[in-house]
Amino acid sequence: MAELYLNKNPHENANHLTPKKETIAFLLSYSKALHVATHESIAFETIIN
Amino acid sequence: MGKLNTTADAVLVSRYINGCEASLATLIDRYQQRIYNFIFSKVLDRDLTEDIFQDTFIKVIRNLKHRKYNEEGKFLPWVMRIAHNLIIDHFRQSNRMPKFDGKGDFNIFSVLEDEHLNAEKQMVKSQIENDVRKLIDELPEDQREVLLMRIYKDMSFKEIANKTDVSINTALGRMRYALINLRKVIDKNNIVLTN
Repeated sequence: MAELYLNKNPHENANHLTPKKETIAFLLSYSKALHVATHESIAFETIIN
Repeated sequence: MGKLNTTADAVLVSRYINGCEASLATLIDRYQQRIYNFIFSKVLDRDLTEDIFQDTFIKVIRNLKHRKYNEEGKFLPWVMRIAHNLIIDHFRQSNRMPKFDGKGDFNIFSVLEDEHLNAEKQMVKSQIENDVRKLIDELPEDQREVLLMRIYKDMSFKEIANKTDVSINTALGRMRYALINLRKVIDKNNIVLTN
């Protein structure tokens, strides 16, 4: 029973969470790779490696 | 990068749209914790938070590159709104999808329900409909007439008013009293009309 009270609340540190580095790296890579070209008001997306 | 850290959001957004990828890194770095914690506070699951966070910024990137963003000076509220919408989408989807939590015995029939009524339910339904019909017969003539036209003949109140030669308000009033009286009879006789 004591453990129930002594264990830290799993959401206690909820305000200090940050995304994984891999997620951020993916987003930045995705952004670099994504190109949007418009032709006569139509937008075309391309992912360039 | 140090200089970028103090630059206003609107300037960073504008630079990013014009090709400065470092501006996006600064914006993400500036708000990642607030957005991530906002998502986590709603879904309470790290993996799901990670997914929604990623989807949020994919939308942000696509919108910015498509030059669809036009709320200068409101970058964070805009991103928060995208995250909020994705959280709502997630809960809508998870409500539609049957869950298997891996605890206890899994019963396939708990997720595979035949929406059609079985023989027993059909009998109960038809019995209830008969009971309701008998109760309607107990109503005063003018109320019964309106209720039958509205419920059984699916007529609009305008049509009912024309047919019975009264105003729409009178027809509405009669329908209201018909329902009140039906409830009274049901309560008074302790009739159960549930399937």
